[in-house]
Amino acid sequence: MTSPASPYPEGSAAFPHRSLLGIAGLAPHEILFLLDEAEQWVELNRQPQKRADRLAGLSIINAFFENSTRTLLSFELAGKRLGADVVNMAVAQSSVKKGETLIDTALTLNAMHADAIVIRHASSGAVRLIADKVDCPVLNAGDGQHEHPTQALLDALTIRHAFDVKRGQGFSGLRVTICGDILHSRVARSNILCLTSLGAEVRVCAPPALMPEAIEQMGVTPHHDFDAALNGADVVMMLRLQQERMQGQFIPSPREYRRLYGLTPERLAKAGAGAIVMHPGPMNRGVEIDSNVADLSGRSLITRQVEMGVAIRMACLDVLTRGARGVPGWENAR
Amino acid sequence: MSVAPPTVIANGRLALPEGAPRPGAVRCAGGCIVALGDVTREAGDIVIDAKGAVIAPGLVDFGVFAIDKPAFHFGGITRAALMPDQNPVLDGPSSVRFAAQSGKPDFWVHPLAAATRGLDGAELAEIALMRDAGARAVATGRGWIADSGVMLRLLRYAAMLDMVVVSHAEDGGLTRNAVATAGEMATRLGLPSAPAEAEALAVARDIALAEMAGARLHIRQVTTGAGLALVRAAKARGVAVTAGITPAHFMLSDLAIGDFRTFTRLSPPLRAEADRKAVLEALADGTIDVIASGHDPRGPEDKRLPFADAEPGMAGAETLLPLTLGLIRDEVIDWPRAVALLAGNPARLLGVEAGMLAVGAQADLAIIDPDRPWIVDSDRMAASAGNTPFDRQPVQGRATALFKGGAAIRAKEDLRP
Repeated sequence: MTSPASPYPEGSAAFPHRSLLGIAGLAPHEILFLLDEAEQWVELNRQPQKRADRLAGLSIINAFFENSTRTLLSFELAGKRLGADVVNMAVAQSSVKKGETLIDTALTLNAMHADAIVIRHASSGAVRLIADKVDCPVLNAGDGQHEHPTQALLDALTIRHAFDVKRGQGFSGLRVTICGDILHSRVARSNILCLTSLGAEVRVCAPPALMPEAIEQMGVTPHHDFDAALNGADVVMMLRLQQERMQGQFIPSPREYRRLYGLTPERLAKAGAGAIVMHPGPMNRGVEIDSNVADLSGRSLITRQVEMGVAIRMACLDVLTRGARGVPGWENAR
Repeated sequence: MSVAPPTVIANGRLALPEGAPRPGAVRCAGGCIVALGDVTREAGDIVIDAKGAVIAPGLVDFGVFAIDKPAFHFGGITRAALMPDQNPVLDGPSSVRFAAQSGKPDFWVHPLAAATRGLDGAELAEIALMRDAGARAVATGRGWIADSGVMLRLLRYAAMLDMVVVSHAEDGGLTRNAVATAGEMATRLGLPSAPAEAEALAVARDIALAEMAGARLHIRQVTTGAGLALVRAAKARGVAVTAGITPAHFMLSDLAIGDFRTFTRLSPPLRAEADRKAVLEALADGTIDVIASGHDPRGPEDKRLPFADAEPGMAGAETLLPLTLGLIRDEVIDWPRAVALLAGNPARLLGVEAGMLAVGAQADLAIIDPDRPWIVDSDRMAASAGNTPFDRQPVQGRATALFKGGAAIRAKEDLRP
């Protein structure tokens, strides 16, 4: 619940969206609202007794059409800690035929009266397609190369904590370098939208083959030279490079990639003093990030990101189900 | 097929090869136009009052993927060149012969012979036998032929047979699994994309090979400024190259894919706004010779999917005419040029005696009310599927009656308000 001194609009006007399909379309204050809402769950999750019953009696379906371990687990924990009944539907991509099946699955889920559906799918736009067919809130847990909004939110929450940014405040003046496979990364897209929306200066770094066209139109500065991209950065966000993309198709070899884009201790020294290191996981240790950087106490916040992930997902599930739960001021948010 | 009785369409405005439509009448007998302008009625003639509407040749739609008569008739189309991408592929005389008969009597299908067996881009198909079975030109289908050696042999062979080669110009190595044009929109949406230059590369190669072979080349869709510049330059030095377009590429840019709407998933994909403007310029200056519908009705099984998983294509037969008439209103082209783009030029490419108002020509006629307003509605299309990117768009211009070989066809205009 928002405090009386809340800087946000009253009730559902603070977050007037039925679903969370992406960071695109969210106003800066709506992003900050979700971050603020997550703070209470960060606290709760650090207690031995982690149970809130806010979502008791609600059913949440995690429909993952693409393999995932951590995101699925994170959403499952988030739902369970809020007291909801959570069921996971893992549909291996290979067994889902193209054609009507995706829509049919959506209609099936809808017929089961879920109160929220969390979806991951390998195709950009697929989550929105399903959201248009169901009556409950839908949370995008990653759609193709498009968006992964909860990852961007948990990254923002991690950054907020690391730099002691006050509630309600943006990231003005903060320099963030995102390095890796920008082209294929939904994490990069959502983070670019979120961080630039909150006022950070964002640089993206990748070889030409992994840099999307016209990325500067998203308000970031593209770099091919990692050292230049790192110069003075406060946050270094590394992206995972898929194994199959570093065997000659996009990158000649893992060791050549490491030479140019691996985050080594020497490279990290080129970033700003006290720069933090982030990675959405799972990491290719020794390729995009060296172990002694990934495990660098105080600088590497990779496990902190995982922690924040549960809190962010709790906040999103709570906020998006307020209409259905009849929370005062949110009755119309359905 | 019984021959239609002699008919006079009176009180119309004739869309002639030159000048604005001017008052006049048409008399048809024996399936052909026998008099134009001030015609003399004879006893027993059926007389139809055009009520001041435009009398134009029936449209000749160059490059469609389905025979969808209600949609074609709605759109004022009396003939269509059918792409070889059928099931089975039009790569042999029997399938071509069957396709050529499939629309008669009230709609004529001109099959385009598959250039290679199974359209696999490797082995030449029996083009001469297909010509004898009714194929009017040769086409590479939805894809381009990657192997330049195969393409050259094809062009030489087609030149010997005096058949036009219809190509799809996108470099397959660049496009591969792309579903959008590289640029800000594709980047924001996270869609696999290919640079627009994939078209110019393919256009340049195909023109060079056609020039070598002395062949006639028709590039079914040229959608980028760079591709059009190559066509313009080739025409200037006398190469027998022609270019086509569909309304989607002069009406829409890739902004239209913004909500992942699969009805805007086309091949080639929608381009940047600068390319759309280049297409308008090429329509105005004569670089583009043909406007076609690319009619490809697709049901939910092909379209109600994530963008990249959906099949490309649009149901375009019903919107071809009004969107082209819009170019006249916008003063991009004039009436004679519109008629040439929609009927005369495609008929010439196919080598058929149609596509213009002339004594002796086939009496394929459309009566067009060029100002009649209507709203495109994907739920209420005459087409077998409503996959139009122009849903809810108000347009102007409608074929109110249609004649094939002088016989009146009931256009299904009463399907919609």
